Amino acid sequence: MNLLDLVIAIPAVGFVLTLVIPRAQEQAIRMFTLAVSLLAFVLSIGLATGFQSGQPGQQFVTDVVWIANPEIHWHVGIDGLSLWLIILSTFLTPICILISWRLIKERSKEFFAFLLLLEFGLIGVFAAWDLFVFYVFWEIVLVPMYFLIGIWGHDRRIYAAVKFFLYTFAASVLMLTGIIFVYNRAGTFDYAQILSAIASGKLTFTHLEETLLFLGFFLAFAVKVPLWPVHTWLPDAHVEAPSPGSVMLASVMLKMGCYGLIRFCLPMFPTAAHENAWWIQILAIIGILYGALVAMVQPNLKKLVAYSSVSHLGFVVLGIFSFTQLGLDGATYVMLAHGISTGALFMLVGFLYERRHSLAIVDYGGVATAAPWLTTMFMITMLASVGLPTLCNFIGEFLVLQGAAQAHFTWTIFAALGPIFAACYLLWMFQRVFFGELSDEVKHHMPDLNLREWACVVPLVIMMVWMGVYTQTFLAPVSEANMKILNQTSTTARVVMPAAGGAPAAGGAPAAGGMKHAR
Amino acid sequence: MLAEVVISNFIPPGVDMQRFAPEIILTIAGTLLMVLDPLFAKRFPKLFGHLSILALLAAIGGAVAAYAVPGMAFSNLLIIDGFGTFFRVLVLVIGILTVLSSYRYLDIAKAETGEYHALILFSIVGQCLMVAANDLIMIFIGLEISSIASYVLAGYLRDDKRNNESAIKYFLLGSFATGFLLYGIALIYGITDSTKLSQIAQVLSTPGSVPAFGMVGIAAGLMFVGLAFKVSGAPFQIWTPDVYQGAPAPVSAFLGTAPKAAAFAIFLRIFMTIFQQVASGWEPLLWISALLSMTIGNFAALAQTNVKRMLAYSSIAHAGYVLVALAARSEIGTAAAMFYLAAYALMNVGAFAVVIHMAGKGERHVKISDLAGLGQRQPVTAALFTIFILSFIGVPLTGGFFGKFYIFRAALHSNLVWLTVLGLLNSAVAAYYYLRLLVVMYMNEPGEAVDNIEPLTPGLRAALILPAIGTLVLGILPGAILNFAQNSTLPGAK
Repeated sequence: MNLLDLVIAIPAVGFVLTLVIPRAQEQAIRMFTLAVSLLAFVLSIGLATGFQSGQPGQQFVTDVVWIANPEIHWHVGIDGLSLWLIILSTFLTPICILISWRLIKERSKEFFAFLLLLEFGLIGVFAAWDLFVFYVFWEIVLVPMYFLIGIWGHDRRIYAAVKFFLYTFAASVLMLTGIIFVYNRAGTFDYAQILSAIASGKLTFTHLEETLLFLGFFLAFAVKVPLWPVHTWLPDAHVEAPSPGSVMLASVMLKMGCYGLIRFCLPMFPTAAHENAWWIQILAIIGILYGALVAMVQPNLKKLVAYSSVSHLGFVVLGIFSFTQLGLDGATYVMLAHGISTGALFMLVGFLYERRHSLAIVDYGGVATAAPWLTTMFMITMLASVGLPTLCNFIGEFLVLQGAAQAHFTWTIFAALGPIFAACYLLWMFQRVFFGELSDEVKHHMPDLNLREWACVVPLVIMMVWMGVYTQTFLAPVSEANMKILNQTSTTARVVMPAAGGAPAAGGAPAAGGMKHAR
Repeated sequence: MLAEVVISNFIPPGVDMQRFAPEIILTIAGTLLMVLDPLFAKRFPKLFGHLSILALLAAIGGAVAAYAVPGMAFSNLLIIDGFGTFFRVLVLVIGILTVLSSYRYLDIAKAETGEYHALILFSIVGQCLMVAANDLIMIFIGLEISSIASYVLAGYLRDDKRNNESAIKYFLLGSFATGFLLYGIALIYGITDSTKLSQIAQVLSTPGSVPAFGMVGIAAGLMFVGLAFKVSGAPFQIWTPDVYQGAPAPVSAFLGTAPKAAAFAIFLRIFMTIFQQVASGWEPLLWISALLSMTIGNFAALAQTNVKRMLAYSSIAHAGYVLVALAARSEIGTAAAMFYLAAYALMNVGAFAVVIHMAGKGERHVKISDLAGLGQRQPVTAALFTIFILSFIGVPLTGGFFGKFYIFRAALHSNLVWLTVLGLLNSAVAAYYYLRLLVVMYMNEPGEAVDNIEPLTPGLRAALILPAIGTLVLGILPGAILNFAQNSTLPGAK
C-alpha cells in the first residue's frame, strides 16, 4: 500500500467511520470529517513532492488482482495530469466541509459522510488505471452528489437531482458498453496494456468500431463536461445544489469529463478523435459563446456562474481537440484554474445566500458598503474568472487560444470573444450586486467575513495568484503527461504540432514560452 | 443371496440418498410441521418459523454433502453437479430469508401456521428437484411440486380478496403454461424415445438419427413458451404484476426469486444441453423475448404507484437481463445468468423485506408515497433499502452492477451488440423509477405511514441485513461466487 492508495482509502474509511458516529454528536461529526479530509490533503501534498518529473509512465503505482476472472486489477497510479486533479479534490473537500459548518443544519451526519464519499470517488476516478476500476469510481461519484443535491438543495432540488443522475447515468452506460467491448477485444481492462496493444498494432478496430466506441466514450464525457448541447442538467444541478455541492460539482466533477476526454478518448481512438474533431470544436465554440451570452441575461447569481462554467469548459474541449501541446496544456490549465476560481465564486455566492437568503441579483446592491472584505475577495475571484492576467484563468485560456490558433485560426477568432463576454457578464453582475444603493434588507443581513469564512477564502485566493504568477509548478508535470498523450494520439501521423519523440524538456519548452509571454 | 440382490435392486445405494439429501430433509421437515401445527399453533406460533429455518440450514448442509459426491443418482434421474448445487443453495438461502421476513407479516395477519411454512418448504423441495433433474419427467414433477405449493401460498390469506385473485390467476395461467411444457416434453419423447437429457442430447447430436428436425424446433418452441411463463419473460409476463401485487408480501418476495431462479436453471439446462443443435432457431426467440421483457418491464414500472407492483414489473425487466445472458449461449453467459440470479434474489428479497416492514396490517401502506421520510425516521432501514435500490439500478460496488456488467460482457462476447446497447439504455430508464423510491424516502417530508411505523423486528432486521451484506459482497468481492459459477457451467454450452 503506497501513498496513493492511502490517499484514496482515507476518505472511504472516513465515510464508514462517520456513519458509526452517533447522530446527535454533530460537532464531533464535523470535526472528524474535517480532520479526515485534512489528512487526505496533507498526504496528497506528499504525492506532489514525491512526484518525479521526467519519468515515463505512472508513479505511485499499485497493481494487485481484485477479481480473478474476468481479470480486474486494482491498478492505480498517477501522472502529471492526474496529480493536480487529485490535489484539487483533496484541497477543496476540507474547504467544502468548512463552508457547510453552519449551513447544514439537518441530517448533518449524512451530509458530511457523503462529502467524504464524493471525495473518495473523485480521487479514484483520477487515479484509476484500469478501465473497470475507472468506471466503478465514475459511477460512485453520482450517488453522493445525487443525495447532496436532492436532500440539501433548494426548491426544485428533486427535479435537479434526478435529472443530474439520469443524464450522467444514461450517458455512461454507453461508455460501459464501450469498455466491455474493448475488454473483449483486448482481453484486459488494464489501460497500460490496452494502450501498448494499440501502439504495437496488436489491438485494432475497424473504422466503424472505432467511431462508435469513440462516440460512446465521448458522449459519457461530454455530458459530464458538459458540452453544448448536453449541458442542460448543469444549470439545474448548480442552482439547486447547496453551495458546497455546487463547489464540488463545478470544481472537480466537471473535470472528470475533461479528464476522461484527454485520458481515454484521445489515446484509445486517435483516428476517430481526429476525424470528429471538427464538429466537436464547433460545439465547443458554440458552448463558449452560448454559455457566455446566456450568463449575461441571468437574473440568478448561481445560474450566471453555472452558465459561465459552460463557457469556460468550452475552452477546455476546444483545447483538447486542437491536438496541440499548447492546446492540451491550456485545457488542463483551464480545468485547474476553473476549479479554483469558479469553486470560489460558488462559495462566495453561497456566503451571500447565507446572509441574504436570495440568489436573485435584484435583491442585492451596495454590498460593498456593508461587507468590504467580502466584496474584495469576490472581486479578486471574479477577475480571475474573467481572465485577468496574473490570476489563474488567463494563462489557461491564452494557451488554449494559442493552441487552437495553430490548428484553426478562424475558430480562434470566435472563441476569443469568450473572455470578452465573460468580462461583460461578470463585471455587470458585480456592479449590480456590490455597488449601487444599499437597501435596508442588505444592510441588516450583511456581516463581513467571519474567521471560518476567511479560512475558506484565503487558500483559494492564494491559489489563484500562485497559479496566475508561477505557472511552472503546475504546468511542468501536466505538459509532460500531455505530451505523452499527444504522442499516443498522433499514431495516425495527423498532428498539427510535431511534438512526437522529443525529450520532455524540449516538449515543455513551447508551453514555458507561452507562460513567459503570459507573464 | 438371491434375496440380497433383489433388495439391493429396489433400495438405491446410500450415495444416492446422500445426493438426494436436501429434498429428504425438507420433505421430512415439512411433514413434521404439518403434524406439529395443531399442537403448537396457539402456544408457540413462532416455532414453525424457527423449525423451518433449521430445516433449511440442514438442507444447505445436505446440498453441500450431496455436492461432495457429484454424479448421477437414481438410475440417472438426478444429476448432482456444480450447476445444480449452486441453484439448490440459492433457493434454500432464499427460503431462509423468506421465512425470516415472514415472522412479522404473519404475526400482524394473525396467520402463523405450520401450513404456511410447510408449503414454503415443499415449494423449495420442488425447486431443488428441478435444478438437479436430468430427466424431463423429473423436471416436470419438480416444477409441479414447486408450482402447486406456490399457487396455494399466493392465496394463503384466504379471507383476502386480492390473495384469492392472485392465486386464481397464478393457478390458471400457470397450469396452462405447464401444459405447453408438457407438450414439448411429449414431442421430444416421441422424437428421441427418451426423457433423459443426456440421452436426448446424444440422439439429437447424431446426424441422421432424427427424422424431422422441424419437430425438434416445435418442441423447443413449446418448452420455451412454458418456461418463459415461469420466468415471466415477455410476452408471457402478463400475470406477474397482478399475482405479485395480490399475494402476501413475503410470498411475492419468494415467488419473484426462488421459483424463478429454479425455472431459469432448467431453462439453461434444457436449452444448453439438448437444444444446441437447433440453436439458430430459438436464439432469435430468446433475444426478442429479452428485449421485450426489459422494455415492457421498465416502461410499465415507470407508471406504478404501488411498490409491490413496481417491483413486479421490475422483476420482468430483470428476467429480461437474464434472458440476454441466455441469448449469449456461452459458458460466460451461463455463469453470468447464475451470478445475476443470485444477486437479484438478494436485492429483491431485501426490498420486499422493507415492503413488509412498511405495510402494516392488511398491507395498508404499500404505495410508493408511503415511504415518504423513511430516511429521517429510520435511517438504518432506509440505508439498507438504498443498498438494494442501488443494486437494482446497477451502481458499482453492488451485486446488481457486477451481475449486469457480467451479463452484458457475455452478450458482447457473443456479438449481441445491439441487444447490449438497448439493454444498458434500458437500465438507464429503470434508474428513473428506482430513483423515485430514493426521492420519496430521503427528500420528502415524513407522512402518516412513516410516522406510525414501528421499529424493525429481529426477523426483519436479519432479512434486511443479510441480503445487504450479500449484495455488497457480490459487488465488492464477487470472486468466490463468480469462480464457482464459472466452473460449474453446463458441459453443453458452446
